[in-house]
Amino acid sequence: MALNITGNIDGIFQLIGGNFSTAGEASTQLKHKLAEIGVDEEIIRRATIATFEAEMNVIIYAAAGWLHYYITPESIKIRIEDMGPGIENIELAMQEGYSTAPEWVREMGWGAGMGLPNMKKNSDTFTVDSVVGEGTTVEMVINFP
Amino acid sequence: MTLKEIAEILDATIISDSDDLNVQIVNACSADMMSAVLYYHTPNSLLITGLTQPHVIRTAEIAGIKTIVFVLNKKPDALTIELARQKKIPLLSTPCCMYTASGRLFSAGLPGCLTK
Repeated sequence: MALNITGNIDGIFQLIGGNFSTAGEASTQLKHKLAEIGVDEEIIRRATIATFEAEMNVIIYAAAGWLHYYITPESIKIRIEDMGPGIENIELAMQEGYSTAPEWVREMGWGAGMGLPNMKKNSDTFTVDSVVGEGTTVEMVINFP
Repeated sequence: MTLKEIAEILDATIISDSDDLNVQIVNACSADMMSAVLYYHTPNSLLITGLTQPHVIRTAEIAGIKTIVFVLNKKPDALTIELARQKKIPLLSTPCCMYTASGRLFSAGLPGCLTK
């Protein structure tokens, strides 16, 4: 795949907790950026699904967060840091269907317990670090073929 | 199946149109949980849902979903309609419930996103 990229591209989006009206905007902007440089459609879909899930987690659970991206000719790396409540049991949170989401979040269509598994499914490398009471950091790498 | 055919089968109103009424929809998924849509979708599909908020449009855009049908005559607000227009995702509203809408389309030959 020949990408229209010279050097590396990086950027950052600030995410505001509870701001559902613009939720997903960072992921869609990233999607357009990847399309501009000619990334394969299936890779774009994987990257933006993983990013969107992470973005929604910040909107739902945290006061605020930041989404950083680094695009190289070989891969895209996405790091999402939030000032949220943290995850008490990461192993449990990684299980499909496990959720601590309150009812109002489920009524909006989120909190099915698929977020973290979906991020992992769509990433080539996935790590999550969390400190209860401080926040969570998710790092994902999606390699270009 | 085209958007026009889907609208006829579901007795649906077209809320937000598409420039291309002949866009081909190859399968469908029915869900109110957006993570389930992101997990199980396939591209060029139809989403049947009861949710009408703007993030449903963003979910569809990211998942590559081409059309959304709202069940039970639900109508999204102006913000959602405008976002769908920007993203070129046509919106339909059907009086059918999710079960009936899914059943009608399946009977008419539109398969689900998953084979099982």
